[in-house]
Amino acid sequence: MQRMPQWADVILIPLISLILAAVLSALVILAIGENPWAALKLMVEGSLGSTYAWGYTLYYATNFIFTGLAVAVAIHARLFNIGGEGQAMLGGLGVALIALFIPWPHWTLALLGGAVGAALFGAAWAFIPAWLQAKRGSHVVITTIMFNFIAAALLNYLLIGALKPQGSMEPATGRFPEATHLPTFQDMFSTAETALFRGAPVNVSFFVALIACVAVWALIWRTRLGYEIRAYGQSEGAAKYAGISPVKIIVVTMLISGGLAGMMAINNVMGEAERLVLNAVEGAGFIGIAVALMGRSHPFGVLLAALLFGFLYQGGAELALWTSIPRELIVVIQALVILFTGALDNMVRMPLEGLFLRLRRAPKPDRKTSPAE
Amino acid sequence: MDFLTLIQVFDTTIRLATPLLLACLAGLFSERAGIFDIGLEGKMLASAFLTAAVAAVTGSVLVGLLAGIGGAMALAGIHGLASITFRGNQLISGVAINFLAAGLTVVVAQSWFGQGGRTPQLSGNARFGTIDLPFAAEIRDIPLLGPIYADLISGHSLLVYVGLLMVPLTWYVLFRTRFGLRLRAVGENPAAVDTAGISVVGLRYAAVAICGLLTGLAGAYLSTGLQAGFVKDMTAGRGYIALAALIFAKWRPWYALGACLLFGFLQALALRPDVIEGTLGFEVGVQLLDALPYILTVVILAGFVGRAIPPRAGGEPYVKER
Repeated sequence: MQRMPQWADVILIPLISLILAAVLSALVILAIGENPWAALKLMVEGSLGSTYAWGYTLYYATNFIFTGLAVAVAIHARLFNIGGEGQAMLGGLGVALIALFIPWPHWTLALLGGAVGAALFGAAWAFIPAWLQAKRGSHVVITTIMFNFIAAALLNYLLIGALKPQGSMEPATGRFPEATHLPTFQDMFSTAETALFRGAPVNVSFFVALIACVAVWALIWRTRLGYEIRAYGQSEGAAKYAGISPVKIIVVTMLISGGLAGMMAINNVMGEAERLVLNAVEGAGFIGIAVALMGRSHPFGVLLAALLFGFLYQGGAELALWTSIPRELIVVIQALVILFTGALDNMVRMPLEGLFLRLRRAPKPDRKTSPAE
Repeated sequence: MDFLTLIQVFDTTIRLATPLLLACLAGLFSERAGIFDIGLEGKMLASAFLTAAVAAVTGSVLVGLLAGIGGAMALAGIHGLASITFRGNQLISGVAINFLAAGLTVVVAQSWFGQGGRTPQLSGNARFGTIDLPFAAEIRDIPLLGPIYADLISGHSLLVYVGLLMVPLTWYVLFRTRFGLRLRAVGENPAAVDTAGISVVGLRYAAVAICGLLTGLAGAYLSTGLQAGFVKDMTAGRGYIALAALIFAKWRPWYALGACLLFGFLQALALRPDVIEGTLGFEVGVQLLDALPYILTVVILAGFVGRAIPPRAGGEPYVKER
């Protein structure tokens, strides 16, 4: 069913969807009496105009790479993991426990330990929905939504109770020890004369996110497991016939997905806050859905989409700072991107497919009636 | 726990259960017709905002209610367009609608009222007042029955009674009318309905529109009945609790009433930690009560306590054979 060239599928359709979302967002800005062009300039300036601005953009992008990859891996098995938010919260818990209770000698080891802890906790949180889907047929979307709320309640409980240091009034853990502090880009790239990325939270986990992109690519397209995941996603019946166990694929895919979402915590909890606070995830788990849809579930696409959302997030914060446009405008843009690239995909695709069919037929009217698939 | 405290807790239960019930019945219509709807939350939120905003401007809650229902139905229309006409993923569409409402309500509220994403406080005719049922004052002094009638059953806002009446009405429409039979059939086997010469698309749009109407009522109750004005994210996950209640109720109207009252009761208890401690003799974390509806739903979904089986064609776009 190749109705149009592949470049149209991977580039043109997301681009048109993005333009549609952008136009509607501009209309929203116009409707509330602001100038969309000025808003865009402010956003570009505030998110790409200096190394400080880049530092924030890349910091947000790191979060979204992890959660976007989490959703993308699940989509390959035709599972919709909407629980990235809860899994990332639990990842934060894993990082906090590991950073607080294990005396790490050096940040490299702490990063490794933190990543493992975050992934384990995130994966554990995805395990029950996965197991229920695989064994009992309960829909993974509904269970992961429920687990988001259960995670929020659990963290609330722990941060008000057991994990709060004595005498503190704030619902947060104590600060992590010095040895677990990750180097920021400022530490890594500043020279004696020029300070780059000064004060920006972007840190070494950005590179971990890039490695994760490559690892996911290799997993999906270069391993037997990846092949099985894709086969199961394409056709459950065929996969079963080929001897692939649906239970194994569902559980393993969701564990990987949850682990990736959980690993976001090395960036926001270990790298930035250096302690676990309430609502540390700030909706990044949900943005992962938009990122994965936009990036067509390909790690490179996810990387680009995550950068785009990092830009939107930081730009939106700048907008809220300097204009009367509230930060929630980003939520609107995010919703429009999800709507156009996810739900209304066919609205863009159908006319485009028709157009390509006509283009292909037009120059060769005398060609034999080969089916134009 | 003495009798009057019990009445108080049950009274709060009814008030907190109403938005859940309306949203749950909304989801019932939609999902029975085969359209999954995780956008209940967003539609409620949009309606809560529009009702409060228009009521604040016009001073009339009924005009506000119409606007709120209109807003919820517009979002329902988007959901229908995405999931019926363009055969997109219904779950993704629902997620998008939730975010659209969460963002737009704050952006527009800030632009209209400039109060940090809230509407002005409502009072007088801009809110749904309480309705005293006949003879409530006269029989209050009768022991036992008096307080139950006067304080528990009487004295709620109009939408509470509308919500309660919706339960038998939904049951009647779904199980005793031709429309209801067709609606349920389209959620189980749309091809059969199509073969009988009945429009699958038309029925599904009708179900989605009813869903918009009921979520509109639910949202309006939140901002003009339960509270006096809109605040950012005021639905606070109620759309998802309603979804949980729907599964808990196994997609049946009377069970939905029971599930919503149960979840409303848990919410009411969370507001009264002193009552729980007094009754059970030990403290129960508020977080546990918050999480309990979700935990119970997961247990039900797991099928350990009675199996919840959704409508068979739920979530799948209908494609006519060619």
